[in-house]
Amino acid sequence: MTSPTPRASRHIVQNEDLLFEVSSPGKRGYQLPALDVPAVTLAGARREIPDFPEVSELEVIRHFTRLSTWNYGVDTGIYPLGSCTMKYNARVNEAVTRLEGLGDGHPLQPEELSQGALRIMQLLSEYLLEITGMDAITLQPAAGAQGELTGILLVRAALTARGDARKKVLIPDSAHGTNPATAAIAGYTVENLKSNPDGTVDMASLDRQMTRDVAALMLTNPNTLGIFEEDIHRIADLVHERGGMLYMDGANMNALVGRSRPGDFGVDVMHLNLHKTFSTPHGGGGPGSGPVAVKKSLEPYLPIPVLRVKRGKPVLDYRRPKSIGRVRAFYGNFGMFTRALAYIMANGSDGLKQTTEDAVLNANYIRRKLQDVFALPYPTPSMHEVVFSDSIQAAQGVHTGDIAKRLIDYGFHPYTVSFPLVVRGAMMIEPTESANQAEMDEFIAALRAIAEESKNTPELVTGAPHTTKISRLDEVAAARNPILRWRPNKSDAAQS
Amino acid sequence: MRYLPTSDPIRQRMLADVGLTSIDELFSHIPEYCRLQRPLNIPKGQAEADIIRFFRAAAAENAPGFTSFVGAGAYHHFRPTHLDTLISRGEWFTAYTPYQPEISQGTLQSIFEFQTMICQLTGQEVANAGMYDGSTALHEACMMAARVTGRSGMVVARSIHPQYREVLRTLTRYRDFPTAEIGFGADGRIDVDALRAAVNASTAAVAVQSPNFFGNLEDWEQAAEIAHSAGALLIAVITDPVSLGLLPPPEAADIVAMELQGFGIPVGFGGPYAGIIASREKFVRSLPGRLVGEARDSQGRRGFVLTLSTREQHIRREKATSNICTNQALCALMASIFMATYGKQGLRELAEHNLAKAAYAASAFAASGAEVLFPSPRFHEFVVRPKRPLAASKSALRKAKLIAGLPLQGYYPELGESVLVCVTETISREDIDRLVAAL
Repeated sequence: MTSPTPRASRHIVQNEDLLFEVSSPGKRGYQLPALDVPAVTLAGARREIPDFPEVSELEVIRHFTRLSTWNYGVDTGIYPLGSCTMKYNARVNEAVTRLEGLGDGHPLQPEELSQGALRIMQLLSEYLLEITGMDAITLQPAAGAQGELTGILLVRAALTARGDARKKVLIPDSAHGTNPATAAIAGYTVENLKSNPDGTVDMASLDRQMTRDVAALMLTNPNTLGIFEEDIHRIADLVHERGGMLYMDGANMNALVGRSRPGDFGVDVMHLNLHKTFSTPHGGGGPGSGPVAVKKSLEPYLPIPVLRVKRGKPVLDYRRPKSIGRVRAFYGNFGMFTRALAYIMANGSDGLKQTTEDAVLNANYIRRKLQDVFALPYPTPSMHEVVFSDSIQAAQGVHTGDIAKRLIDYGFHPYTVSFPLVVRGAMMIEPTESANQAEMDEFIAALRAIAEESKNTPELVTGAPHTTKISRLDEVAAARNPILRWRPNKSDAAQS
Repeated sequence: MRYLPTSDPIRQRMLADVGLTSIDELFSHIPEYCRLQRPLNIPKGQAEADIIRFFRAAAAENAPGFTSFVGAGAYHHFRPTHLDTLISRGEWFTAYTPYQPEISQGTLQSIFEFQTMICQLTGQEVANAGMYDGSTALHEACMMAARVTGRSGMVVARSIHPQYREVLRTLTRYRDFPTAEIGFGADGRIDVDALRAAVNASTAAVAVQSPNFFGNLEDWEQAAEIAHSAGALLIAVITDPVSLGLLPPPEAADIVAMELQGFGIPVGFGGPYAGIIASREKFVRSLPGRLVGEARDSQGRRGFVLTLSTREQHIRREKATSNICTNQALCALMASIFMATYGKQGLRELAEHNLAKAAYAASAFAASGAEVLFPSPRFHEFVVRPKRPLAASKSALRKAKLIAGLPLQGYYPELGESVLVCVTETISREDIDRLVAAL
């Protein structure tokens, strides 16, 4: 396969102005039912909303349909954005979420009229505990980062109860940026833990840094290099011996489900990303959902309400004196619970394990087929993702961001660029189980072709993309003089 | 395993290409004690038809067909059909954060439009791309006020949604943000004298909700004057954006923390929703969350990018303005489509209908002999003390398939057997009459 057929070709790409430019006074896209009660006037009501859009229903449809065609999604093709687990989002998950009773159920309706919703939460909780090997769970956190925060607050509550909250949280240099940001919000200072040449936790550094001041080690396993921490038991033992807790960022659970359980290797508290491992849609940047699973010792501190089963019925328990309190209004992103549960039911124990195996096989397939043209900074075995570096191409002035942009010309969504930070010029590829072999072959061929172009016609790569609706945008200028909203008569204002 | 686009023969070929003979070899570097040696105790994969049957049964236990008068931060407004049609396009709901602007202009332009409409609606100068929800937005707004003022004291109205206040308490429990709560008067509105007395030189922010938890309208200007006189910021909390179709925008506030669920996001048993933070231009670098800005490409064409990201966790790590890494984009998109559909006229008309329905319901209750509390202007919620305790009406309500409202005793013991009733445009006059009769 020397010259691949680019997946992208030309099709109608319509221009579409901003909603405010499409708008025209007097148009309307709605009709309310006739008012069946007397109209009321409110003293001091606002004046009309300045410049708010006025468009017809058809124009709304066309506007948002045209905009959508400028996007790329999992439905479009392979979406190998490392660390994000861009897998297939089944339609049945959407359908069951919108059923009458669930889609319009009110979180504060009486508990005896909410048994169906609570049963869904209960069953999902049971399955997630079985998958993680943990003892108790809260579904409340709104997203992965809020799960992290909840987890660290639980650690802090438990340590405070023991008499010493401690001062620091240890975080490996390969971690997601949310980890240090979270630790800071929980009132901890952050200490960086360096990786060893294998890309895993350096035991000597851990031994030195894991002092009595350290509340927790926040570890991602497999880590962001896609590498399983083989010393995980020694790590856990060391942290526990010194009175700390082991927090696991479950962002990469897609490599473990059905094969390995954090509860069996010493993790005290972890979060899951339902939008990654359990296929709830990423939605262009949310909503996510970040359940937190814990070992027994942390259970008393879980956010209220805690879901329990009492005489065969699910109930919400608010009488939890040691609870850290609520982290979000209501019970969390319930619509993500229905979707995740539908995903688990569709796959079952057999399908979940197969999913994990395919995700890992796919990453290793890509690694094998590209390791002769791109540098592999860590030769340690890969799990669900592989991280290359641009060091070979950088010698020709072509960097990871350029290669990513050129991939767009070949019809693919790029990998994750420049993350993790421990790899200079990182190219982080996570095909997930949803990539099929034929498309992976095309993706591999495209990257190989770009590696060739980097040698022969580097300007073709550094100037990419060439086939998109717009080319590279001047992000520096955009940040220097930010325009964060539309305003009327902008061109007049600019001239004055 | 219908979701997997592969087959055993392909797996075998790929394994051979990788130089392995069995899948187990891919996991052989995981230490033995970390490997699960048995199948997960979860039933085997089920057919789509079975899954639908399970969820239908669950939905049937969840009050389908009931008419609900519960609001309290989650509101039943009509959702136009095309809303789900549009957001169900794979290009919207199977995409992710627009890190690659050249193939994410749809998401980026829609967020830019969203930010603009939120500014127009709130009377603020900048708005972020979205937060988790209203409750966490209040926490983010308080932290932002602390950054801007360099102070730590929070003065919070007790008439802010009780769960929002609980969230604020949880998320600040290990940091030093002394928080005072200010009660309400006989008219249901914030106790202005107590507020004035509580604000001082260490106050970072005053947080007030309007319409407040009881549905009554607060005076933004007055609250702002009190906050500003001590050099503090005013945080305006709004739990139903539909109210802004009619109510004066919180222009006097410095930060707006708003829940957007009312704009076409399903009530959905409590989430997912979306919150926003809007503020003044001069505070933009202290804003939490994503921002989309206008940019030009090399040929001068207009496009949109994520911008000012040096505030955010993936760049600033522990020094970031927030740890949040999402903007609830799909929920924000629902809100955008909702706003575009109703538009300038429709949003006002919608708000007027809500106002009228609640006013009718409140007077119907009063006429029936029930006590309607807090006689100051309100939007679509009010507090009523029924003639007899709610428990006594339970079977009549069930039979009529009505959910009366939210009992307040657990949140405000001093309000006794009172109920917070919400009446949106989705409720008919007949249903209101039925509720009044049943209580």
